[in-house]
Amino acid sequence: METVTLTMKKQPDLYLEADNITPDAFAGKKAEEIADLHVYVGREQHRLGDFFEVSGKAGSTPETTKIVVNGDLSRVKYIGMKMTGGEIVVNGNADMYVGAWMQGGRITVNGNVDAFAGTGMKGGELVINGNAGNYLGAAYRGDWRGMSGGKIIVAGNAGSDIGTFMTGGEITIGGDVDVHVATHAEGGRIVIKGNAKSRLGGQMVEGEIYVFGTIDVMMPGFAYRQDVDIDMDGIKGRFALYEGDLGERHRKRKGQMIYGKIYQRIEA
Amino acid sequence: MAEYLIKNGFVFDPVLGIKGDVVDIAIKDGKIVETTEVKDPKVIDAAGKTVMAGGVDIHAHVAGPKVNVGRNFRPEDKLFTYKPRSGVERMQGGFSVPTTIRTGYNYARMGYTTVMEAAMPPLYARHTHEEIRDTPILDQGAYPVFGNNWFVLEYLKNHEIENTAAYVAWLLRATKGYAVKVVNPGGTEAWGWGLNCENVHDPVPYFDITPAQIVKGLIEANEYLGLPHSMHIHANNLGNPGNYTTTLDTFRLSEGIKPRSKFGRDQVMHHTHVQFHSYGGDSWGNFESKAPEVIDYVNSHDNITIDLGAVTLDETTTMTADGPFEHHLTELNHLKWANTDVELETGSGVVPYVYSPNIKVCAIQWCIGLELALLAKDPMRVFLSTDHPNAGPFTRYPRIMKWLMSEEARRQQIDSFKHRDKVIEATNLAGIDRELDLYEIAQMTRAGPAKALGLSQIYGGLAPGLDADVAVYDFNPSEPYAPDDIEKAFSSAEHLFKTGVQVIRDREIVSNGNKRTLWVNAKVNENPQVMRDVREKFLRYYTVTLNNYEVSGHHYIPNPYVIEVDATQ
Ligand SMILES: [Zn+2]
Repeated sequence: METVTLTMKKQPDLYLEADNITPDAFAGKKAEEIADLHVYVGREQHRLGDFFEVSGKAGSTPETTKIVVNGDLSRVKYIGMKMTGGEIVVNGNADMYVGAWMQGGRITVNGNVDAFAGTGMKGGELVINGNAGNYLGAAYRGDWRGMSGGKIIVAGNAGSDIGTFMTGGEITIGGDVDVHVATHAEGGRIVIKGNAKSRLGGQMVEGEIYVFGTIDVMMPGFAYRQDVDIDMDGIKGRFALYEGDLGERHRKRKGQMIYGKIYQRIEA
Repeated sequence: MAEYLIKNGFVFDPVLGIKGDVVDIAIKDGKIVETTEVKDPKVIDAAGKTVMAGGVDIHAHVAGPKVNVGRNFRPEDKLFTYKPRSGVERMQGGFSVPTTIRTGYNYARMGYTTVMEAAMPPLYARHTHEEIRDTPILDQGAYPVFGNNWFVLEYLKNHEIENTAAYVAWLLRATKGYAVKVVNPGGTEAWGWGLNCENVHDPVPYFDITPAQIVKGLIEANEYLGLPHSMHIHANNLGNPGNYTTTLDTFRLSEGIKPRSKFGRDQVMHHTHVQFHSYGGDSWGNFESKAPEVIDYVNSHDNITIDLGAVTLDETTTMTADGPFEHHLTELNHLKWANTDVELETGSGVVPYVYSPNIKVCAIQWCIGLELALLAKDPMRVFLSTDHPNAGPFTRYPRIMKWLMSEEARRQQIDSFKHRDKVIEATNLAGIDRELDLYEIAQMTRAGPAKALGLSQIYGGLAPGLDADVAVYDFNPSEPYAPDDIEKAFSSAEHLFKTGVQVIRDREIVSNGNKRTLWVNAKVNENPQVMRDVREKFLRYYTVTLNNYEVSGHHYIPNPYVIEVDATQ
């Protein structure tokens, strides 16, 4: 594994669109070539090297390339977009679309991320050691194909509209979440270790939501079924099982109706 | 204006009957002229290349409220498709519902110069014309929809052809429309009652009229006026298994009616996107092609023209004034749905759709579109279209040309279908070895549609006197080529002239052209009853006044091309 280190040396006047910060774009390149990759500020094209000190070199493939990004990245968007392999470590807070449409590899953010992290994610692992903004692991605006694979782990809290149109994969939130969780999901699993507010699973067709803490308001489209004991992948305890959204269409599998499921922990 | 001489190209022109001979084409003052008439022309070396007239699209949805709804509610259609401004090109984006700017440029890139917007809701004609105005390069017209219009339903219930004609003439003038369009006659209105009209004899609730009466009446009114284009129909029962009988019943409504038009067309009915109307079976399980039955009728009745509505196997956006159909579609694919009721006039719906080669029905639909073209006896009456964006984006026309011109390309596609054997069983395409030539392509994409539109005096060919709309493609028909070479060459014209202005040079857009909006001004005898009805309906029912309805002035149509029709005799 070769490592490339990017250290922010200049803040953009607006925001930096840096979808080239990926092992895929860096693979096979030396520091000077990486510094020459383009970034956008508004409609103007600049060099990555105009904003970052670049050191080290990339591996020959994405898989053998590690990128470390240092500095205040709160105006840097699209870090790790569409990456297929390798590793990115972000030391600082990052702006929107971290790991969006990611297919493989691993991103670790030692800080907070703004909205749309993991948008349309297909695979790989996105670990956020701070808080995440709105639309975490959601579908792109208008799209009905949300997160379909991979894993998102947030140590802190997350905003609203996480897992919208999710069809697969897993999102784990260490803290609390805001409204609208797994809206219109057709698969996947969301685990909320803290508290949830309202509108969990609206229009949900399939998939699972686990809430360890409180839920302010349960959707009227979810019906309580029974209490169940669960012990798997770090989810442990007695949970109340709700099924829904009853206002939505549902398919049958082996003669059984499939519903979205919300599990709320009753006791550890 | 600059003079041009396009030298030594292989010319395909059905108007002059040139089938690939090396001929020089001269351009002067916006027109094609004899080569002896140009004195000091700029010479375009077209040796080893293909030269054709600019393409003419008789049916596409490229401007207006439902196109814009498609743009608005499908941001994902624009994802990663934006291109910043560069040179004379303005910013553009979108795939199946591109921006107006991209619509103009992408048609031009394919060598197309005239495109008709196929369904304009009269109430939103102003919006439609604003989008047309903002679409560069192309000459365009728009067809107002009449098939569910309360005036038309009331007049035709009593077979009042003269009143219908007077209203049609008034509405064409008010909306600056080009032709009489009919979409699911009576069915969209019936949908206001939660119903539909699935065959030509289903009564329309309240109005006590049938689709057959509406269609026949509008053909008669169209011929009473002698409009350039014929009545242009999207029949009832679109998209349903077994609907080919409705299609044939609709065709038969034209029997015995002769064109009465000075504009050179031979048809009295243009039936659009026939692919969607050529289905057999009675469920999606036994869904099959009835293209041979449908095209046989067209082949033996020369007062009908059609366009294909060929499926391109893409993710796209369906949009139509056939509101009940779009509701049906969203119930099938569970994707998002937008719909509108347009007061006394029409309705509409918009739903995204993915034509997947892994889905049997989609693959059968793909076969049907191509079968219609390959079984057609007269390419001057069967036109290439995708009903953009319904069966696929217009940018796939070159791919359709590839499929029509190459049996090998079709076989490759069929072999890649997940349900290959079942698809072959339900269709006829695998047994068709016909390969269209460039002359036939020029008939289907230039001369044919121009003639059917009543515009053969300006478009569709390279005869002296016609508008200088000329495309040069980097395609050498005298040398061996691979199927993909066809698609590549016709996706990116090397040179394009629009009314004598070079808009593409060496594959680059170099001018936004001088686009014109075509509309038909039909003069009729004064008709106090119809004008009284118009005033009364606006007072009683419309949410706008007459003054806020009419499309007039430079703002909407800065560069009009008015076709005058005199129906006062
Ligand atoms: Zn259409």
